[in-house]
Amino acid sequence: MTDIIPLVSAAYSDRLSRRTESAIPEVWNLLDEVKDPEIPALSIWDLGVLNGVEQQDDEIFISITPTYSGCPAMGTISDDIGRVLSQSGYSRFSIKLLLAPAWTTDWMSPEGRIKLREYGIAPPENCQQGACQKIACPHCGSTNTETISEFGSTACKALHRCQDCDEPFDYFKSI
Amino acid sequence: MAEVNKQAIQDYATRLGDDAVVIGHRVSEWCSKGPFLEEDLALQNVALDFIGRARMFYSYAAELANDGRKEDDFAYMRDHREYQNLLLMELPRGDFAYTMVRQLLVDVFNLYYLEQLQQSSDETLSAIAGKAIKETRYHLRRSSEWVLRLGLGTEESKKRAQTALDDLWGFTHEMFDLDALEQQLADAGIGVDNTSLQAAWTTQVKSILEEATLIPPEDEWKVKGGREGYHTEFLGQMLNEMQCVHRANPGLEW
Repeated sequence: MTDIIPLVSAAYSDRLSRRTESAIPEVWNLLDEVKDPEIPALSIWDLGVLNGVEQQDDEIFISITPTYSGCPAMGTISDDIGRVLSQSGYSRFSIKLLLAPAWTTDWMSPEGRIKLREYGIAPPENCQQGACQKIACPHCGSTNTETISEFGSTACKALHRCQDCDEPFDYFKSI
Repeated sequence: MAEVNKQAIQDYATRLGDDAVVIGHRVSEWCSKGPFLEEDLALQNVALDFIGRARMFYSYAAELANDGRKEDDFAYMRDHREYQNLLLMELPRGDFAYTMVRQLLVDVFNLYYLEQLQQSSDETLSAIAGKAIKETRYHLRRSSEWVLRLGLGTEESKKRAQTALDDLWGFTHEMFDLDALEQQLADAGIGVDNTSLQAAWTTQVKSILEEATLIPPEDEWKVKGGREGYHTEFLGQMLNEMQCVHRANPGLEW
C-alpha cells in the first residue's frame, strides 16, 4: 500500500504523536483543563499552544507556543498552567515559550475545530494566508457568507456575516 | 563568517524593537477614534501585533544584555535620543488616509525585510521574523485594500491619500540605508542588507499605487537620522505619553 490519505494535517499529526508517545500522558491530560481565556471552549491542546510536556528527574518542563505576537492571553495561560500543576501536587515545573516553529492553525485539533463551531466561531479553513472566500456559517452551515472585517474581537479572529441566516459571526483566521 | 559580538546583536534587536513599539503606539492612538467600530478593532489588533513584536525583540535584547534589565526597561526607560527607530514610524498618525498609506509603505517593507531576517543565522532573530511575517502578510492585505479604496473612492479620499503619500515619501528612503552596525551584521549573515530590498519594495508599492490611481512622488527630498538617534520633534512627545505611567510607578506590575 503506497497511498495513505491523511485525515489530519501533518503538523497536527506530529503534535499528536508527541502526546501519545509521551512518558507522562497524565500531565498532558491534566493540562486539558487549561482553556483559552478568550475562547473557553478550547483547551490549550485543542488550540495548538501546548507543544511539549517532558520530565527530567522530578521537574516538569512545559513548552507552549504563543499564537499572535501580542496576544495578551499568553500570560493568563502560563498562570493557569502553573495553577493546575500546583493543585495536582507538581511543585517543580517550568514553562518555556517557543517562538519557532511559529504557531499555525494547522496545529488545532480536529476536536477543537468541532468545539469552535459549536461555540459559534467558524474554524480556520486551509487556504492561502487566510484569504478564504467561502467560510461556512457556524449557525446554519451556509457558505453564502461575506467578510465584514479582516479583524474581529481578538487578533486571531475576523468578522463575517451569513447572507442566508443574516447572523454575523467570528471566523478563526487561518495562519 | 565575520565575528560579531553580542553587543552588536543586542543593539540590532533593540532598534528593531524600537521600530515596532513606535509604529505600534502610533496605531494604538486610534483606539476609540476609528472611522467605525470594525475598523477601530482592526487597528487595535494591528497595533497589538506590533507591540508584541517589540516585546519579542526587547526580550531578546534584555537576554543578551544580561544586566538585570527587562523588556519594559527597554521600552520605558530610554529617552528619545536613545531610540533608533526609523523616522517614518514616529510621525503623528494624521488622518485615516495618512495612517493607512503609512501602513502600506511599512507593511511592504516589513514583508521583504522579515523574509530576509528569517534567513538569519541567529536563531532567535529568525524565529521572531518567522512569527512576525505571518502577521505582516495579513496587515499588508488590509493596508493595500484600504489604499485602493481611498484612491478609488471619493475625490476627498483620493486627495487625502495623495497628500499623505506626498508627505511620507521622503521618509521612506531611510528604510534602505545601511549603517556600520547593520553592515557588520549583514556581512555576518545575521542582519538584513536593507539596500537589497529597495527595488522589490519600489516595484510592489508603485504597482499598488498605480491600481489606486495615486501618483508616486518624485524622489525630491529625503529625511534621515533615526538610526543615529536624531528624531523629529514628535518622538519625544510620543514617548512622554507612552512612558509616563511606568516612570511614575517604576517596577509596578499587574
